[in-house]
Amino acid sequence: MQSFFTKLQFKMSAIASKVTKIIVEKLGVDESEVTPEASFTNDLGADSLDTVELIMEFEKEFNVSIPDDQAENIQTVGQAITYLEENSK
Amino acid sequence: MAFKRVVVTGLGAITPIGNTVEEFWHGLSNGVSGAAIITKFDASKFRTKFACEVKNFDVTQFIPRQDARKMDLFTQYAIVAADEAMKDSGLDLEKINKNKAGVIWGSGIGGLKTFEEEVINFAGGDGTPKFNPFFIPKMIADSASGQISIKYGLRGPNYITVSACASTNNAIIDAFNYIRLGRINICISGGSEAAITQAGIGGFNGLRAMSERNDDPATGSRPYDKDRDGFVLGDGGAALILEEYEHAVARGAKIYCEIVGGGMSSDAYHITAPHPEGFGAFLSMQDALEDANMKPEEVDYINTHGTSTPLGDPQEIKAIEQLFGDHTYSMSISSTKSMTGHLLGAAGAVESIAAILAIQHQVVPPTINLFNIDESIDPRIDLTPNVAKSKKIDVVLSNCFGFGGHNATLIFKKI
Repeated sequence: MQSFFTKLQFKMSAIASKVTKIIVEKLGVDESEVTPEASFTNDLGADSLDTVELIMEFEKEFNVSIPDDQAENIQTVGQAITYLEENSK
Repeated sequence: MAFKRVVVTGLGAITPIGNTVEEFWHGLSNGVSGAAIITKFDASKFRTKFACEVKNFDVTQFIPRQDARKMDLFTQYAIVAADEAMKDSGLDLEKINKNKAGVIWGSGIGGLKTFEEEVINFAGGDGTPKFNPFFIPKMIADSASGQISIKYGLRGPNYITVSACASTNNAIIDAFNYIRLGRINICISGGSEAAITQAGIGGFNGLRAMSERNDDPATGSRPYDKDRDGFVLGDGGAALILEEYEHAVARGAKIYCEIVGGGMSSDAYHITAPHPEGFGAFLSMQDALEDANMKPEEVDYINTHGTSTPLGDPQEIKAIEQLFGDHTYSMSISSTKSMTGHLLGAAGAVESIAAILAIQHQVVPPTINLFNIDESIDPRIDLTPNVAKSKKIDVVLSNCFGFGGHNATLIFKKI
């Protein structure tokens, strides 16, 4: 059982793991807090400037351009991962 | 209306020769040079390859990493110095009227490194603007006073003064004025600078203003020495808690000294060169003495601007001789920039700490690297060469002059 769960935890996509790393780095939160449901502003302590910076970091890391109207819909860790999985090159 | 008295009740310092007030004094009183080869970037292609950097600074010991990364280094220095000064003052934030407590800070440049990084990043791209949202709030020079006020919840006057290398003396004079007018009770004042960057070193090299003694950095800053060849850039900051005298007494505060005068003037002469006869410097010191209602003979020690530039040093001495007459030869003079280097807008901050500690310890910190005194300087003048000196010190005058012809002088008095 132990190895099964460990495997599950590590079965994070490359994108998800990079997103998590960026969030930990920029917001100074613990990796365990960075769950798919976690909201940047409500759960992870980000203010409006922090979220702008996160979006910019995602753009840089994944070589995408996220239009403002799309960026507005990226409020949680999961939404960011989904968007990037669908749109990154 | 009678002016209120203003005293200093807390000190903080992070300097090239010590990261606390205690360490700073240890460096000052022992004649330690803060100069060494630049570590902040590879300076091998620059005319000047050394500077007086703050050493062993780990910001995360003072500020959580996620907050620190939203501050330029000059703001980090401001927070660290202010924190030491606030703790030293023993002020209880629960008991003071925070609406009557301000922050007036000095910085000549502000977030130079932040500006440089963002522009380099943009210039290296394809023209698509990707400026970080924290670029402007990190870079603007007033972010230092803003961040300090946020940390302590101080809601009184809040701004920075910019007058190049006179910036912090102007800040302290403003704080002094607001307190003696009764407008506020407390002010965190001081200054910080972090200009040891490619643009900072390159820019001052462009002016041919800095020492290029790369083979012996520790003797690069040598005010009044005949072989001086420019200033040595330093970084860091220092903070002073200024407090209305009765307010300080009422809470049983430790009082370092009184601030009794502030003088200001302008050379109205040249954007970088000092007035050849030191007229602006003369006026600034005269104005400070008048403000303090003091005679020149009452001054025991002058902490000079003395940057180690060929032009600046003798002009200030001329101005002192003009104003102080024969007393010039009986008081002590020194330039602590020989040890700290030149902290630009924060020079007045670290030198105010030096002046106050000189009163506290009754010791004049030395002018180090004085091997052969400039022959144009009267040998009767005591420049406190190379070794600190015990002396009865009641009154210290501290000068700061800046590019643009700004002059500002402070007078501290033993209480």
